[in-house]
Amino acid sequence: MTFDPQQLQDVLVIVVTAATPLLIAAVGELVAERSGVLNLGVEGMMIVGAATGFAAAYSTDSTLVGVAAGIIAGMILAGIFAFLTLGLATNQVASGLALTILGRGVANLIGAGFVGLKRTAAPHLYIPGLSDIPLVGKLVFGEDFFVYFALILTGATAYWLMRTRSGLTLRAIGDNHSSGHSLGVPVRRIRLLAVLFGGACAGLAGSYLSLAYTPFWSPDMTAGRGWIALALVVFASWRPWRAFAGALLFGGVTVLQLVFQTWGVPIAPQFLASLPYLTTIAVLVVLSIRDIRGAAAPASLGISFIPDR
Amino acid sequence: MRIDLEARPKRSTLREILSPVAALIVAIAIGGVAVAIMGRSTLTAFDVYFVEPLSQFYSLQAIAVKASPLILIAVGLAFCYRANLWNIGAEGQFIAGGALGGWLGLVTHDGAYQAIGGWWILPAMMLLGIIGGALYAMVPAVLRVWLNVSEILTSLMLVYVAQLCLDWLVRGPWKDPHGFNFPVTVNFDPEATLPILFEGGTLHLGVLFAPIVVIVAAIIFAKTIFGFQVRLAGSSPKAARFGGFDDKRIALAAFAISGGLAGLAGVAEVSGKIGQVLTTISPGYGFSAIIVAFLGRLSPVGIFIGGLVLAITFVGGEDAQIALQLPGDLTLAFQGVLLICVLAADVLARYRLRVRLGGAS
Amino acid sequence: MAQSDATNEGHGAATPLLAVRNITKRFGTFTANDHVNLDLAQGEVHALLGENGAGKSTLVKMLYGILAPTEGEILWMGAPIRLPNPNAARALGIGMVFQHFSLFENLTVAENIALVMPSSQKLDDVPDKIAEISRAYGMGLEPSRPVWTLSAGERQRIEIARCLLQDPKVLILDEPTSVLTPQEAEKLFETLERLKAEGRALLYISHHLEEVQRLCDRATILRLGKMVGTCNPRVETPRSLAALMVGSEIKEIRPAGAHELGPERLIVANLSLPSPELHGVALKNVSASVKGGEIFGVAGVAGNGQSEFFAALSGETLARSPNAIVIDGSPVGTFGIGARRALNAGFVPEERNGHAAAPDFTLSDNIVLSGHASGGMTRAGFINAALAKEKSRNVIASFDVRAAAPDPLARTLSGGNLQKFVVGREILRGPSVLVINQPTWGVDVAAAATIRQALLDLCAKGAAVLIISQDLDELFEICDRIAVIHTGELSAPLPARSTTREEVGLLMAGMGGADHAH
Repeated sequence: MTFDPQQLQDVLVIVVTAATPLLIAAVGELVAERSGVLNLGVEGMMIVGAATGFAAAYSTDSTLVGVAAGIIAGMILAGIFAFLTLGLATNQVASGLALTILGRGVANLIGAGFVGLKRTAAPHLYIPGLSDIPLVGKLVFGEDFFVYFALILTGATAYWLMRTRSGLTLRAIGDNHSSGHSLGVPVRRIRLLAVLFGGACAGLAGSYLSLAYTPFWSPDMTAGRGWIALALVVFASWRPWRAFAGALLFGGVTVLQLVFQTWGVPIAPQFLASLPYLTTIAVLVVLSIRDIRGAAAPASLGISFIPDR
Repeated sequence: MRIDLEARPKRSTLREILSPVAALIVAIAIGGVAVAIMGRSTLTAFDVYFVEPLSQFYSLQAIAVKASPLILIAVGLAFCYRANLWNIGAEGQFIAGGALGGWLGLVTHDGAYQAIGGWWILPAMMLLGIIGGALYAMVPAVLRVWLNVSEILTSLMLVYVAQLCLDWLVRGPWKDPHGFNFPVTVNFDPEATLPILFEGGTLHLGVLFAPIVVIVAAIIFAKTIFGFQVRLAGSSPKAARFGGFDDKRIALAAFAISGGLAGLAGVAEVSGKIGQVLTTISPGYGFSAIIVAFLGRLSPVGIFIGGLVLAITFVGGEDAQIALQLPGDLTLAFQGVLLICVLAADVLARYRLRVRLGGAS
Repeated sequence: MAQSDATNEGHGAATPLLAVRNITKRFGTFTANDHVNLDLAQGEVHALLGENGAGKSTLVKMLYGILAPTEGEILWMGAPIRLPNPNAARALGIGMVFQHFSLFENLTVAENIALVMPSSQKLDDVPDKIAEISRAYGMGLEPSRPVWTLSAGERQRIEIARCLLQDPKVLILDEPTSVLTPQEAEKLFETLERLKAEGRALLYISHHLEEVQRLCDRATILRLGKMVGTCNPRVETPRSLAALMVGSEIKEIRPAGAHELGPERLIVANLSLPSPELHGVALKNVSASVKGGEIFGVAGVAGNGQSEFFAALSGETLARSPNAIVIDGSPVGTFGIGARRALNAGFVPEERNGHAAAPDFTLSDNIVLSGHASGGMTRAGFINAALAKEKSRNVIASFDVRAAAPDPLARTLSGGNLQKFVVGREILRGPSVLVINQPTWGVDVAAAATIRQALLDLCAKGAAVLIISQDLDELFEICDRIAVIHTGELSAPLPARSTTREEVGLLMAGMGGADHAH
């Protein structure tokens, strides 16, 4: 086996591609959780985003329309979740599960007519000269536009959360919704917006899978990525840039199986395929050993809020 | 717009019993609209989904065979959910039980190890199924109890792992060497197959597990100190510790029961319905059972009824695929809608809803 | 009762700054405020007096826009106004200091304050503004400290600074001294006098009558949601004010009478425990001993390790060495609560709902909660429900627990009645050692008297009773000896009869005798 630096760049490009949907979904969920809402329906919103995004893009022959449709679909599901957990104060865990089950069914219905169809992948950035630099050009200047958007999204979210007044308000109600309510902060309205943002991100992450990553639709194509994104938020201690690092780690694990396969390492493909899931568990375990009291979690995460008036 | 919830001054048992029924009616109405949008007759679809399965002896048996694993798993989940533990990996525990129990069926194939007769194989398989499911559930339980790792994520991740492991086993070491390279194992001996209850039917002995488990669980919840502990630990964990109950032991026990029942359902499915081990042994029972658990309001008797209702949608959904060319995923979507309606109805049974226009909080 | 016209004129304002006319607030079938009237003039300190549950907090929440009145109106300088939310109240110039603080533990002081500043305020300038006001009023606030690291007194100063930064005309203070040491309260009064001198109107909620007499120009008294009247507290006596609040003469508590102290029944020796929770308090080398027939009081400002101490005594948190806690001669430091109950110890934690009792369980189920291991309550794993019901009826009858049904859910009981139930549940078991945390917190006067009497009677029978309480009046009323807990350390006990409140107050502030000297 000889080492080819060009091959390394190709591998890294795949790592980034695998990390992108995880990052986008995780940043969305991170904002929702910072406001105090635990939406376990990421997987459901993502798969609906993937199906809707592909269906719309295929029908209109426009990737942008597909992306928009994916985002809207994710937001619609998030809206249902918000109605349940914020309007009716239902249990957030159970409602998130319901959203995942519903999402799987709806996505397969939407995508039923599109199984086996293919589109060209979303366009990649190409800057003559820069993108052709050996070893790094493709990695830095030749990704598809989702990748750059994900990075901007992460940076913008980090800045907004920590440096702006509305970000502060969001963090505050995630820490203590009762205090927020007695100060006149519109707790449920802010949480609604945060949940919708999470839905939009999950929908976008889903449409990335079907429009850029594969690019086709197949049932259950998210394969637990929504759940991994949830674990990423924990991994990131609810901080956007750490989610970026975590996404790269998980992207790397996903790619590991491809690398092993091409190198012909004699390990059953099923075990390689289960690596991301086992890694998720391992990472959660390591995190909890390091920080057994869960210090970073927003204090009112997952707790229903029923205001008096 | 703002929605206000006003706690109802009194609890009404009637309202609490009727709320899942109302949820079911609303979910069926939503499903009807969806069917109409797809250009089929709502009435015909209703007939195919909910009436025909109940009017034929053959499909009644199919309902019982499908309801049985749903009920077993959901009763187990009720122990976890009542204790406020979110085991959502019953699908994986089902597979683990089916695989470990099924393993005994495979090694005793063709009369092997049956010198003392084959009477011991079925009980041992069932026991292995329970052990397999319970052990698999111990992973998230132990991580949760000792390291405070979210059991939601770990139990779910282990579903994917279980599915992949089973896939590997059946395509690899367990593959029938004379199976023309199909990913299937050998068929179990009759000694390793749960007997059919009566000639020509599909009802197997495993179907009887569900009502027995429901009765035992109902007694445990209502009458025993263990059931009291489980309910208390979920409802007021601090009060439970004040009562001197060991929350860690309760959590481990709830997970063990939950996993064990899912494993029993798994081995009963393998031994009773399938008769061999396949790469996929569950059409998502572990996830549908979550809906059953909530539809039954986490009470064993309610779960029994809820399991039958969901089994009807499974059987009706299969019929609808053939009779109306409706996609099979409609059933899955319907189940999601149903769970959402159940959760909403549960709130409305306890609170009065006031919707006001303008203003937000 | 003296009418208040004279005092009103004294402030020379024809139209009050803020007025409440016939205001009523209902929650479902429960009427929290029933046609209440109130005037607040510029430069006056107006007390709002009443027992727990009289409707004081409901009234001020309406004045701050958190709750909406069902009927009646609020007038601002004579004109009717609607307050859809607290922002509207703040915009008018109404500020509020909450009893249980409306702070965010994991945010910094600056962030907590910036949240309610008008949006024109730049976030980066907030720390300077805080420093400014902190200097002006001598508050000593550090803008970058996270709130969870601060004491109750410091937290209250954040709340006050947050109001003052908006230059309010009316400041509402809900039970501001309940979490302060006597010395911290003194400092608060100075600030309040100053605010009054600046011409602001203060609405001061309290049930500490001496405080009200000292600070307030007028007092409005609420009882069971209805207005009893308005008076000048300075011409009343604490006794007459209390009678107005409670509506009847208060029952005197019979002292335990002379009795011999028995042997040491509860001994705590060098108990040290790390904090079990993220923002909790570690116990440091705590020692105490309680004899039979003695009531031992533990005073302290909230959040100084009281609940951690209780958990260590009850066995909900285990000590490292068995000898750290000894009950009737048995070392039990490493035994759980069940084993300690088996030695005939009883425990009543602070929180009624969710700790002492499970709110969604019936009262008889709550008997099982703490009594399941004794007296044939369970057999072969099955619960003897009939026995539990019988015991529950006993507690209800002996402690005058008022409930709407024979075996209601615990959460349907009022605070006072549920507290009588959880105290009665333990006392009727006839414990030889009883540990009780905040026995009458948030309980009406009559129920508090019943509970204190029961504790005295229990100790007269030879039991050792350890009371943890924030209420100094209560401790001085019934305790034989008082020790003070501060940041997880317990002072040496002082005899209650020959100790002053000031001495205890200094200990509560962490200034023991030695530090006090210089």
